[in-house]
Amino acid sequence: MTDQAQLLPGTLDLLILKAVSLGPLHGYGVLLRIGQITNSALMIEQGALYPALFRLVRQGLLKASWGVSDNNRRAKFYELTAAGRKRFREETEGWNRLATAMTTALAAQAEEI
Amino acid sequence: MNFFHRSPHTNEMDEELRSHMQLRADDLERSGLDRAQAERQARIEFGGRERYKEECYEAMGSHFFETLMQDIRFALRVLRKSPGFTFAAIVTLALAIGANAVVFGILDSLLLRPLNVPQWDSLWGTMYAQNSVWQSYPNYIDLRDRNHSFEDLAAFNMVFVGLDTGKDPSVFNGYATSGNFFDVLRIQPYLGKFFHASDEHGRNSAPYVVLSYGYWHSRFHEDRSVIGKVVGLNKHPFTIIGVAPPSFQGTLMFISPDFYMPIVNEEQVNTEGMLSARGNDRAVFEAMGHLKPGVTPAQAVADVNAVGAYLERTYPKEVARGTTSLAHEGLTSFGPDLKGFLAGLMVLAGLILLAACANLGSLFAAHAGDRSREVALRLALGSSRRRILRQLLTEAMLISLAGGGAGLWASVVLLSRINTWRPFPGTAVQIPVSPDARLYVVALLLALLSGFLFGIVPVRQVLRANPYEVVKAGSSRRLGRRMTLRDVLLVIQIAICAVLVTSSLVAVRGLVRSLHGNYGIDPKNTMLANINLAMAGYSIDQVSAMQKSMIDALESIPGVEHAGLVNGYPPLVYTAGSRENVFKAETSDLRNSNAVANPYRYEISPGYFAAAGTSVLAGRTFDWHDDKDAPPVALVNRDFAGKMFGSVDHAVGSFYKLVDGRRVQVVGVVEDGKYQNITQDQQPAMFLPFMQSPASASFLIVRSHRDPEQLAAAMRTKLHQLDSGLPVDPKTWNELLAVVQFPSRVATMSLGVMGMMGAMLSVTGIFGMAAYAVSKRLRELGIRVALGAQRTQVLQAVLGRTVKLLAVGSGIGLLLGILATKVLAYIVYQATPRDPLVLSGVVLAMALLGLVATWIPAQRALSVDPMMLLREE
Repeated sequence: MTDQAQLLPGTLDLLILKAVSLGPLHGYGVLLRIGQITNSALMIEQGALYPALFRLVRQGLLKASWGVSDNNRRAKFYELTAAGRKRFREETEGWNRLATAMTTALAAQAEEI
Repeated sequence: MNFFHRSPHTNEMDEELRSHMQLRADDLERSGLDRAQAERQARIEFGGRERYKEECYEAMGSHFFETLMQDIRFALRVLRKSPGFTFAAIVTLALAIGANAVVFGILDSLLLRPLNVPQWDSLWGTMYAQNSVWQSYPNYIDLRDRNHSFEDLAAFNMVFVGLDTGKDPSVFNGYATSGNFFDVLRIQPYLGKFFHASDEHGRNSAPYVVLSYGYWHSRFHEDRSVIGKVVGLNKHPFTIIGVAPPSFQGTLMFISPDFYMPIVNEEQVNTEGMLSARGNDRAVFEAMGHLKPGVTPAQAVADVNAVGAYLERTYPKEVARGTTSLAHEGLTSFGPDLKGFLAGLMVLAGLILLAACANLGSLFAAHAGDRSREVALRLALGSSRRRILRQLLTEAMLISLAGGGAGLWASVVLLSRINTWRPFPGTAVQIPVSPDARLYVVALLLALLSGFLFGIVPVRQVLRANPYEVVKAGSSRRLGRRMTLRDVLLVIQIAICAVLVTSSLVAVRGLVRSLHGNYGIDPKNTMLANINLAMAGYSIDQVSAMQKSMIDALESIPGVEHAGLVNGYPPLVYTAGSRENVFKAETSDLRNSNAVANPYRYEISPGYFAAAGTSVLAGRTFDWHDDKDAPPVALVNRDFAGKMFGSVDHAVGSFYKLVDGRRVQVVGVVEDGKYQNITQDQQPAMFLPFMQSPASASFLIVRSHRDPEQLAAAMRTKLHQLDSGLPVDPKTWNELLAVVQFPSRVATMSLGVMGMMGAMLSVTGIFGMAAYAVSKRLRELGIRVALGAQRTQVLQAVLGRTVKLLAVGSGIGLLLGILATKVLAYIVYQATPRDPLVLSGVVLAMALLGLVATWIPAQRALSVDPMMLLREE
């Protein structure tokens, strides 16, 4: 467990958008998908997911509907709305810029200055 | 908790979270755990479910109502866990808000709600007995025709008439009104028609009667065929022409008339000649009218007084000096007193609410202190302070609303009891109070306000709470110097209570003094009967002979010691009293400014003083020779003798002059007394022989040690032997005194109730403080006892602080109370705080209250068993 990284503030929303952008998911599914696509490198307490989901629904980025899971349990499924897709693109670009900048900055060597 | 249905949001969220955990459990089960273990594991992994739910709510945009429902559910759970605290808080508030609601309900009904007539705000009238210059009928006519302020001016007088509708004749009260009365008030008849100014054609020209709706309803069962029926008013035939609407109950708050008759016919049911005499100040009770557009009340008052001055100049003998002010109709001259009294009472009720809030505030602070562990845990688990404060305020509001509701309910019950209450059985006096929307709004506001007041007391405590420290240390430490806020609250509360106790003691003393004061009569063992011979059809020439036979008849009843008679009303009955200017014997110009005094005038029979129990200080009383043909003589009271002649000794045998010019010789002096009401200053009075000024309305007075009921029956029999048509309803003088004592009694009763409530509040406040101190320090006390502390030391340790606060609070309250009695003097007779009995009474009462309140906590502290306590923790 110690090799799991703490989530940066604000990144959970982006991760959820990414997870859901790959196809409609229920809450538990979102967690599994995030674990899958991050190779379980990030630690999210399960319950913490839900306030974020509700917030995204309220912002109109996600929409929710009740359905049936693979193993026949009733569950609420989330998918991106048009606004959510747009936000996902913007945030991804923003993140990429930030990550590039950070990576460049941290890679800088003394002789390069 | 099934008080509130859970919202769909909550259900959906629960279902979603449950589904999550089941899906997780499914996965865990597949990895080899059994179902139960898998579910447990899933729950653990999920984390703090309640906290996340709360965050979800916030994420959803904090549905105010949902959060409120949550808070309410939680608050109900918490309150249910401490029923004692909840009960005490609700009862305290119910009492305090109930008291406020009752006082406000009365104030609202009597002062804020106008008379139920169209355009009441421009209707102004004179006030009965208020230094009036023109309450005689000719003066009213002059005022009506000479003023420039009123559109039209109506007048009425109260009459008590034997009304014969074919069934048993009995006495009813009515208004004798000017013909324009209903038109001036802009009222339409419910049935039939009203009489108008055009129906007045001189004396006894309009034998019509209009019934009130209530009388028509109860007496005629709403029979529409009564219109046109002829009824007997004191044996004179009058035709019923209409019924007044149910909403109109006369222009006086406290008495609603049974019928209305034209004032031009009043002499048929009242005194002969009363309408023509300019000096007869009993002909018109009040006059009223709508002001012309643009005329201010101040201008109208000036105008009325100008007419008064003209009348005084023109009729210097008959018109007594004085100035008049105008008021909205309804309360007559009670208005200012009533306003002062109710305002004072409202202030006291407000103080009670304040004391209750202080009480509850400290209870709440203690309660919150006990819950500091819970609060700390919630803070540590991520709950925001705002959320916790909101939760605490919700609790306070729930309590205040419950208390307010209970208080309001009780006050509505009480108000409706007051509304149907007839303080003087057999009279039409009523207190028309009824709750309206304003009362409910005020009660609600008071409840919310007080909830807020005592709800914010623990706020600072919560804001300062440091979760880590509290959780580490536990909640049972934290004591000693840190309760300063609660100390202050307790002192405030005790001070307020001491003010209330002081006021009520002052009031009770005042009442006792005024009840046991010397009235100049001895009301014990008396029986009075109001006989109006005009009701039985006697002419004025016949009355003296009939009255003498009545006195003789009463004297012949076995056991009757004395019997006498007084024309009109005896002293202290129905606040009636008529006064007249008197002059030095040598004065010839009998104008107002030359008058020496304005004494009360009574016309009495020979046996009157013996029957009334008035002692004669000098000279003789009247005998049966002081009749029409004898020289005019008088008895005067000591005050009169002093004012007119300088002393009692000089008075006997001396002469003075009446306003009609007759020279009267004083033959005796009697003791001073009270005449119109028990709170007035000493006034002069004169007594003239009744046979020298005959009147048909009189009171017979009988003194006897016999049982009142038997005596009343005997009086009825005797008088019916003389004339079977006479309505006779004997009452004791004490019964009749109840009317004049009523204001003092009511004032004392209400102040007494306020004082009791104040005392109760201080008991609960001190008790709460002391009990809390003891319970929090039981362990410490146990150690002290184990180490050999004496009982007194234990008591001092635990209650010393409370007692000190009690002393400080009482001191402050006593001081404030003494200052407040200056205000009380307005409403309570002879209210003086510099009465050693009152002062020591307050000190004693507060000490007793303290003793009562600390008794149980002290017992608990003393019964501490160190071994058990130390083992427990």
